Amino acid sequence: MSSCIRSGVSRRHLLAGAAAIALSAPAIVRAQTPTLKIAHIAPRSGYLAAPGQACHRGALIAPKVLADYGYRVELMHVDSETNVDVARTQAERVISEGASVIVGAFESAATLAVAQVCEQRKVPLVVSLGSAPQITEQGYQFLVRNFQTNPQLLANGLRAIKDLMAATGVEFKKAVYLHANDTFGTGQRQAMDKTFPTAGMPFTLAESIAYDPKAQDLTVEVTKIRAINPDLVLIITRAPDAIKLVRDMVRQRFEPKAIISPGSPGLYDEEFYQALGPLADYHMVNIPWVNPKAPMTQALEAAFKTAHPNNRFAADCFNVGFTYEAILIAADAFKRAGASDGAALMAALKTTDIADHVIIGGPIRFDDKGQNNNIASAVMQNRNRVPTVVLPKEAAVMAPVLPMPPWQGRT
Amino acid sequence: MASLYVNVVIQGLLTGLIYGLMALGLSVIFGVVRVVNFAHGEFAVVAMYAAFILFSRLGLDPLVTMLPIAAGFFVIGYILQATLIQRFVGRPETQQFILLVGVAIIIVNVLLMQFGPDAQPVNLSYGFDSFLIGPVIVDKSRIYAAVAAVAVATVLFAFFRHTRTGTAIRACADNLTGAGVVGLDVKKLYALTFGIGLACVGAAGALMVTIADAAPSLGPAYTLLAFIIVIIGGLGSMTGALVGGVLIGVSEALAGFILVPAMKSMFSFALLILVLVLRPQGLMGRRT
Repeated sequence: MSSCIRSGVSRRHLLAGAAAIALSAPAIVRAQTPTLKIAHIAPRSGYLAAPGQACHRGALIAPKVLADYGYRVELMHVDSETNVDVARTQAERVISEGASVIVGAFESAATLAVAQVCEQRKVPLVVSLGSAPQITEQGYQFLVRNFQTNPQLLANGLRAIKDLMAATGVEFKKAVYLHANDTFGTGQRQAMDKTFPTAGMPFTLAESIAYDPKAQDLTVEVTKIRAINPDLVLIITRAPDAIKLVRDMVRQRFEPKAIISPGSPGLYDEEFYQALGPLADYHMVNIPWVNPKAPMTQALEAAFKTAHPNNRFAADCFNVGFTYEAILIAADAFKRAGASDGAALMAALKTTDIADHVIIGGPIRFDDKGQNNNIASAVMQNRNRVPTVVLPKEAAVMAPVLPMPPWQGRT
Repeated sequence: MASLYVNVVIQGLLTGLIYGLMALGLSVIFGVVRVVNFAHGEFAVVAMYAAFILFSRLGLDPLVTMLPIAAGFFVIGYILQATLIQRFVGRPETQQFILLVGVAIIIVNVLLMQFGPDAQPVNLSYGFDSFLIGPVIVDKSRIYAAVAAVAVATVLFAFFRHTRTGTAIRACADNLTGAGVVGLDVKKLYALTFGIGLACVGAAGALMVTIADAAPSLGPAYTLLAFIIVIIGGLGSMTGALVGGVLIGVSEALAGFILVPAMKSMFSFALLILVLVLRPQGLMGRRT
């Protein structure tokens, strides 16, 4: 006691000092850490578990690949359980546990929920997948998106159909648009309603049909399509729904000239190929894809092959590619910022300019709203149960096949 | 156009019969043991996986493996009731609820760990085939599954009506005190009932996999579906479960075709609310 009086330091001062140190410790640790702590949020369970797990595989291999490029990141893996509320609370948790950046969250609705949390806590969110326009239209200051918006996906997808018709000489007269009634599907529907009338497509859009992705089967939906009898079925689905759709089309002996997704997953997932076998072939998807010729893609594929030797593909090109690239964007910003606090990272993210990356398109740059507009789309056709680039010609591995062969007789 | 309506009704009817068999198990268990099986759908999914394994490893058709799966589920149900659920009979419903929700969560997570989240298909040789009856197209697997569901339900009805054990179980359901007074072994009958209920789920799950792929995430949806069906049909009523299943199947299909397909599920809930308002005991249930 007497020594404290002599030195002018009381117990109260000591306690206050200790408290101050304790309170500032996380900030000090965060500021001094040599690696960037990134939380990756994806729906690894629930009905979006399959693509969520694919995203997770991308996040798992990212640190090793990035280390070879001089980036140091530490990943926190979070399951949003295909549940918006879980995504929100998990975002709160990982930020409290020291995440400097969040990457995710696959689902647009979950991404929007996480974006609100990130904005409040001033932690950057790098959107890896999630196309709802409002994600970059609500003025969030702590968000960038490295993915096409619904209108971009759709406009590029429709443009690709025109290219397809020109390349094959096959004409479509009447189309039906089938879409999931979740945030993604509804967003795509709104984009279609807005884009189609001015897109100058040489066919009519007879009807748009919304379906519940949790439905047991799509028998009724297919019967409804059969009643309209289109020669082109445009779909916005996930893999489980795409399986149900094709299965019910085969059972009901309905054979359009083509089934094309103008910018959605579902038709190129392993789950789809496994379930349908030869019936999975010849469907088309017009979406962004990894550039197989890019050196970084080859590094990613090598790491993927080591981590998942039994996987049929060089990489799960869509989900793995975009997840990896979002982590790359965060790591690059950290490297340039030299700090992991939200404001510094966000400032660096806004000036991102990455030429060497994996997804087809120009350099990764963000506009004032945080949107990367340099992502391109390719036409993928399932051939021998592998998603294969058939357009544009300069990137095509095979020529497109249209109309698709009949269901019967496929082996 | 009329043929399309006929098509939709037939598809709904066939699907509804399989739903009905699944709900039948829930109704039997509640009608006798007075425990609501909140893990019902998850057990159905386990049966789907069992059928999937037997098909992928041994090439056995789920229509054949339905019987051993149902037998296996009977044993599981018997043991589960005798060792675990019996302790919760007569306890507050909240405790029963937590117990069975816990069982459901464990089942879903074990399935996820074991099989992953991807849907597992059973690609039968006739899985993509259909019968063309005039302008009406009906898929073969759905017809076979529905016929099997009706056969299982008929056997179950006959068991409860024409066997001594079935009569004893019905006695427990009607008057538990009276059943005890005349010397019936209630605990054993409860275990038998739970076993029979799960056997129904096992058979229904095996049939379900012929029209839908097995996936862990289906469990809660099936539980909810079974609840809607038994509440509409009347909790504890076996006939009600089948009627409820058919009603849900057909009404969902018609609503989806005439209105908006995305409203199919919503229509089930609307039907549920309507029944709860106009006839709270369900269509075939008894007023208590």
